Amino acid sequence: MGVTLSESAAKHVANFLQKRGKGIGLRLGVRTSGCSGMAYKLEFVDEVNEDDQVFEQNGVKVIIDAKSMPYLEGMELDFAREGLNEGFKFNNPNVKDQCGCGESFNV
Amino acid sequence: MALFQIAEPGESAAPHEHKLAIGIDLGTTNSLVATVRSGMAVCLHDAQGRPLLPSVVRYHVDGQVDVGYEARKTQAVDPKNTIISVKRFMGRGKQDIAHVESMPYDFIEAPGMVKLKTHAGIKSPVEVSAEILKSLKARAEHALAGELLGAVITVPAYFDDAQRQATKDAARLAGLNVLRLLNEPTAAAIAYGLDNAAEGVYAVYDLGGGTFDISILKLTKGVFEVMATGGDSALGGDDFDHRIFCWVIEQAKLQPLSPEDARRLMMRCREAKEFLTNNPEAPISLRLGSDEMVDIKLDVQTFAEITRTLVSKTLQPVKKALRDAGLRADDIKGVVMVGGATRMPQIQKAVGDFFRQEPLTNLDPDKVVALGAATQANLLAGNKTGKDDWLLLDVIPLSLGLETMGGLTEKVIPRNSTIPTARAQEFTTYKDGQTAMAIHVVQGEREMIADCRSLARFELRGIPAMVAGAARIRVTFQVDADGLLSVTAREQTTGVEASINVKPSYGLSDDEIAGMLKDSMAHAKDDAMARALREAQVEGERMIEATEAALAEDAHLLSTAEIDKINTTIAKLRNSIAGDNRRLINLAMDDLGFETQTFAHRRMDQSIKKVLSGRKVNDIATGEDA
Repeated sequence: MGVTLSESAAKHVANFLQKRGKGIGLRLGVRTSGCSGMAYKLEFVDEVNEDDQVFEQNGVKVIIDAKSMPYLEGMELDFAREGLNEGFKFNNPNVKDQCGCGESFNV
Repeated sequence: MALFQIAEPGESAAPHEHKLAIGIDLGTTNSLVATVRSGMAVCLHDAQGRPLLPSVVRYHVDGQVDVGYEARKTQAVDPKNTIISVKRFMGRGKQDIAHVESMPYDFIEAPGMVKLKTHAGIKSPVEVSAEILKSLKARAEHALAGELLGAVITVPAYFDDAQRQATKDAARLAGLNVLRLLNEPTAAAIAYGLDNAAEGVYAVYDLGGGTFDISILKLTKGVFEVMATGGDSALGGDDFDHRIFCWVIEQAKLQPLSPEDARRLMMRCREAKEFLTNNPEAPISLRLGSDEMVDIKLDVQTFAEITRTLVSKTLQPVKKALRDAGLRADDIKGVVMVGGATRMPQIQKAVGDFFRQEPLTNLDPDKVVALGAATQANLLAGNKTGKDDWLLLDVIPLSLGLETMGGLTEKVIPRNSTIPTARAQEFTTYKDGQTAMAIHVVQGEREMIADCRSLARFELRGIPAMVAGAARIRVTFQVDADGLLSVTAREQTTGVEASINVKPSYGLSDDEIAGMLKDSMAHAKDDAMARALREAQVEGERMIEATEAALAEDAHLLSTAEIDKINTTIAKLRNSIAGDNRRLINLAMDDLGFETQTFAHRRMDQSIKKVLSGRKVNDIATGEDA
C-alpha cells in the first residue's frame, strides 16, 4: 500500500463528501502538464474505472489510476492551514523538484 | 507548497489556472465574503477568525481609511467621519433618504446621489462602499492565495437600477470583476439548495441589524421570480437591544444615564439578547460611572413579552407582500430565515406560526446570503460543468417603461421578466410635423410617472416631419445579466437612432455622467423654447392660410386700400414666422387679427343676409320650432 491519508485529511474528505451528498471517494492522480512537467489531480469520485486501484484509509476510499501510481508511491496527503488559507497538501517523496508554487513538479 | 482543494470529477484545474470566485454580501450593518472550497461554500474569516466585517468606514485627516471593527469602535468619537449604513445612500438623492436630519453627516446634494463631506474630502457612497469591498477583496485574495476571477455581489430585491449600478461601480472601483449582481433573497434560497428543490413559492424573511425585508420568490425551472417584496427600513435586531435597554432602566429605576454608561448598558443588552437564544435566562450586570450596580435577570418569557410589538411589526409587511403576490400563507412551500436577528426564538416561533411550518434555520442566518452568492460565483466562474450545467436566472424586480402623453407610464418590460432580456415597442408622434421625441425611461409599477423612479431621459431628433401618428418609432429596452438597462429609439423609415445606457447620474467619480446630466438639463430648456416657437409658427401659418382663403372668396367686400393693408400685414407675419422670435410672431398675429376684424364683420353680415334673403319673418320663427 503506497499512499497514506493523514487523519486530518481523511476527516476533511469525509466531511466534504457528506456535504456534497454523493460520491464514493477521493481520486488522487497525476497528469502531464504545468510548468514543471507534472500536476496533481485531486477530485471527487462518482465512478471507479477499470484501471483504478481502490484503497481505504482512515475510513475514506482513495482511488488512484494505474498510470499515476508510480508517481504517488509513498506519498502522504495531509490537510493543512497556512494563514487564512487551508487545503490539502501532497507530501511526495518522488518529487525531485517543483515549481515555485508547488502546483506542478518533476520526478 | 501549494494547498489543494478537491475538484469535481474531471475538473482538476491546470496549475496556475484556478478559477477563484467569491460571493459578497454587502450588507447595511455587516458584510461577508465567501467562496466554494472542495465543493462546499464557506465564509472567509479575517486574521482574528471573525467572519463578519462591520460595514463601517472611517476617514482620517491624512487620508488613511479604517474599515470594519476598527472603524466601528471609534464611531462614537468621530461620528462625522465614520460612515455607517452607507448602503442606505447608494444611488439615492438626499430627498430619498429617510431621517436625513437625524444623521451626523454633512450631506452634499449632488445630481443623482448624495455625497458626504469628511475631513479626508468629499466621498460618494460608491467610494465608501468600495472601501468595504476592497477590504473583503484583500481578505479573499489572502485566504485563497491567488488572483480572483470575479465576484457575485448581492443586493436587496427592491434595489432599483440606480442602486444596482452604484453597487456595480463600487465593485469596479475596488478592483473587483463583477460576475453578477444577485438578489439577496435569491442568494439565500440558493444557499439552501432550493434552486434544485421542487418548484413552488418560497418566502425569505430577512431581519438584519437595522433593516427588515420580506421577499416572496417563485421557483420555476431553476428560475427565481421575485413576486413581491416588502419590509421596514428602520426595524432590526438593534430595536430589540433597545427594548431590553428600556426595560432595564425601568426595572432598575435608573436615573438618566451618561452617554458612556448608556453605551455600555446597550452592549450588555445585546449580549443578553444573544445569550437568550440558547439559554432560558440572561444576567445583565454593570457597574455604572456613579458606582451604582445594575444586576438584573431577563428570562425568555419576559424578553418575548417586551418585544411582542416588534415581532408583530415584522408580520405586517409579510402579510402585505403575500397580498401583493396574491397568495395566502398556506401557498408558501418553504420559509428561509436570513439575518442574525432571526436567531431569536420568539421570531422563529412567530414566523413558524404565521406560515404554519418550521422555517429553514440550519444554515447560519448571518452567512446564508454570502454562501449563496459564493455558490453562484463558483458556477459563473465555470468551476462546475457537466450535467449540473445550469445557470440560475434572475428577474428584474420592477417594471421598466417610459413616459407617454399626459404623464402616464407605458411598461415595456414587465417586472419579473427573466434577464437578460430585450423588448421593443412602437411609438408614434403626437403632433403634425413633430421632428423630435423625448424619451423618459422610468422604473416602477405605478401608472403615473410622478410615482415611478426616473432613470434617464434622452431625445430622438431628426424624425422627418409627418402628420401626427405617421412616424414609427421603435423603442427597444435591453437588460443585461446584471439587471442593467440600455434603451434605443429608432425611427423606422429613416433609420435615425438614439440610445442611452441607463447609468444613473451620481457625480464626480464619473465625470462623463456629470457632463451627460448637464447636457440633458441644457437640452430640456432648449427643447421647451423650441416647442413653444414651433407652436407659434404653426398657429401663424394656419392664420395666413385662413385669411388668404377668405380674400380669394370675398375680396369684393373690401376696398383696394383695405386689401393692400391686409396683404402687407400677412407679409409681415410670414417674415416673422421664417425667423425664430416667438414674440414677433405673436405680435404679427395680433396685427393681422386687428386688420381683418372689419373684413370678418362684413363677411358675417353677408352670410347672414344670404341665409335670410327671400324668407319671411314668420318662416324664420317657425323654422326655429321645427
